[in-house]
Amino acid sequence: MSQQQIDRAISKEYAAGFTTNIESDTLPPGLNEDVVRFISQRKNEPEWLLEWRLEAYRDWLEMTEPDWAHVNYPPVKFNEISYFSSPKDHKDRPKSLDEVDPELIETYNKLGIPLHEQEALAGVAMDVVFDSVSVTTTFREKLAEAGVLFCSISEAVQEYPELIRKYLGTVVPRKDNYYAALNSAVFSDGSFVYIPKGVRCPMELSTYFRINEQNTGQFERTLVIADEGSHVSYLEGCTAPMRDENQLHAAVVELVALDGAEIKYSTVQNWYPGDAEGKGGIYNFVTKRGVAHRDSKISWTQVETGSAITWKYPSCILRGDNSVGEFYSVALTNNAQQADTGTKMIHLGKNTRSTIISKGISAGKSSNAYRGLVRMSPRAEGARNYTQCDSLLIGDRCAAHTFPYIESRNPSAVVEHEATTSKVSDDQLYLCQQRGLNAEKAVSMIVNGFCKEVFKELPMEFAMEAGKLLEVSLEGSVG
Amino acid sequence: MLKIDNLHAKVDDKDILKGLNLAVKPGEVHAIMGPNGSGKSTLGHVLAGRPGYQVTAGSATLLGQELLSMDTEERAHLGLFLAFQYPVEIPGVSNMEFLKASVDAVRESRGQESIDSVNFMKKAREICKEVDLDQNFLKRGVNEGFSGGEKKRNELMQMMLLEPKLCIMDETDSGLDIDALQVVARAVNAMRNAERSFVLVTHYQRLLDYIEPDFVHVLAGGRIVKSGDKSLALELEEKGYAWLEDAA
Repeated sequence: MSQQQIDRAISKEYAAGFTTNIESDTLPPGLNEDVVRFISQRKNEPEWLLEWRLEAYRDWLEMTEPDWAHVNYPPVKFNEISYFSSPKDHKDRPKSLDEVDPELIETYNKLGIPLHEQEALAGVAMDVVFDSVSVTTTFREKLAEAGVLFCSISEAVQEYPELIRKYLGTVVPRKDNYYAALNSAVFSDGSFVYIPKGVRCPMELSTYFRINEQNTGQFERTLVIADEGSHVSYLEGCTAPMRDENQLHAAVVELVALDGAEIKYSTVQNWYPGDAEGKGGIYNFVTKRGVAHRDSKISWTQVETGSAITWKYPSCILRGDNSVGEFYSVALTNNAQQADTGTKMIHLGKNTRSTIISKGISAGKSSNAYRGLVRMSPRAEGARNYTQCDSLLIGDRCAAHTFPYIESRNPSAVVEHEATTSKVSDDQLYLCQQRGLNAEKAVSMIVNGFCKEVFKELPMEFAMEAGKLLEVSLEGSVG
Repeated sequence: MLKIDNLHAKVDDKDILKGLNLAVKPGEVHAIMGPNGSGKSTLGHVLAGRPGYQVTAGSATLLGQELLSMDTEERAHLGLFLAFQYPVEIPGVSNMEFLKASVDAVRESRGQESIDSVNFMKKAREICKEVDLDQNFLKRGVNEGFSGGEKKRNELMQMMLLEPKLCIMDETDSGLDIDALQVVARAVNAMRNAERSFVLVTHYQRLLDYIEPDFVHVLAGGRIVKSGDKSLALELEEKGYAWLEDAA
């Protein structure tokens, strides 16, 4: 992109004065320092944050794309991506569900998504007066009463700059990895949560998010801080496939659990997986990590069924003594999907404990890899880890891989690893069909049974939907 | 009820059934006996529609409908039940969930609403008692970690819940002690009525001490070589199968 183009874009923006003319709110493709400046300026960010972004950008230029993951894809053309795009104008969006791809609607119906949420998910243009607005306000009031801060990260930069400055990038440093550096330079928006000392968040932070998730963009940034002795359960994502035109998603999530705090972070990821040949799906390259201080607990639960490529390792740094880390994962790949996902449990403190339960399901001609690191540092006296890693294969053209890394530098630490690989057997299907179930229902039931240990960690409402989601995602995998 | 004409079938390119004929009327109990490898289990699987079992000639109808062209689950919907000799495990899927899904699938195929959970639970608990299974089995994974005898009783429980028209029991008695055998007999006798038929595949005459069959057939070399009443079973117990195999 030429300097002129940028200048033009920027000046146009200024002329519009931050408010109107949505059409001009999209930057032409390409990435350079001016683009970073534009984003920061557009968001009215303080000088230090601009510097922070620029340093991340410079770091990113020096870095190379990681190639160790068990996935294959053509190189991402970073200069063909537009790094800033405001919500689309109403007139570009479908006017009603009648204009939306009927297949998408059918999927929503199968998942039992209410009509108004279908509209939101499909990106239907809606008036500002919309059911969820009042709901949102009620939530906000209830949260404010408890002293919980919950807003977009852009808002938080304006409203709570001291918290952002203190914690941003402390868990996932700018230079952590290629995609984290890119995200740090150009992050568009995301969520911010702060739970004050000793407060138990009065609700699952979910419904709110679900309604407001649109257009958080491809470089999402989330920061959750649970102050001493507090407790929060955060749900991210939605079981319905999101309409999305961005191919590359590089999100960063940072969790900070201070002494005695507890964070439960649940994700259901169902981005567009591409067609049966893998064309057009989302590349999901995500860095998620939490730091657990003394006596605190961080629990990750994820159900990953979407995206053409998933590269994701929600991790825990168990810094404080007696801290606990958990990772419960279901990763399902069908057709041409590829997933390389797992976790890292870094035991630094004494008597730290971690549990990893990973369930990988491969169908079609997909490839599904578990990659996990358990590290016991020299001072992690009495630390314990238990890992259970199960793979389930459906059909004979898919693949499952397991890459466990175990590093123990403390003789008193205990690490256990169990792994199994099994197949949905013809005999199991036959038994189900003889009892009257059709093949698809049978496979979905068998797969749900396989995932039970993880699903029971999900908040109630999500557990039900996750089951249905697997059923929909597995369609066409048998017979 | 069931009418089989000149049935030929092969498994893994090996001819197993070679012209089998059998007619079962409503309310009848037929016992099928015969030496190992004669095709007894194959018959049950061919009728139930197990993948890989290839019918090469002949026909079979259930309640007047051509059975062999139907999908496995459609045969189940029509009222065919096969009690497996070796039931497989489905880890993580609770027995209760499995049973309810099965019952609902059959009901749905008949245009009925799904059964309400409270009534279903009540019924399942009662049947547990009848087949001498602890109620905890309802919560456990399907056949997961069950003993051989428990698996067989679990099959009986499914049969009683699904209330099929035709029950094919594949060596349900083998490997059972005498008490468990009586449980099987009690279940079958309780379910016997004018509209329901049974085909019992068995190696041993002793099951027939408790379940009185209307007919006994000997299957050898892929065909029924001799049919008779219950006295045939006693004769087989005494003489073995060799004299009949020559006839096949």
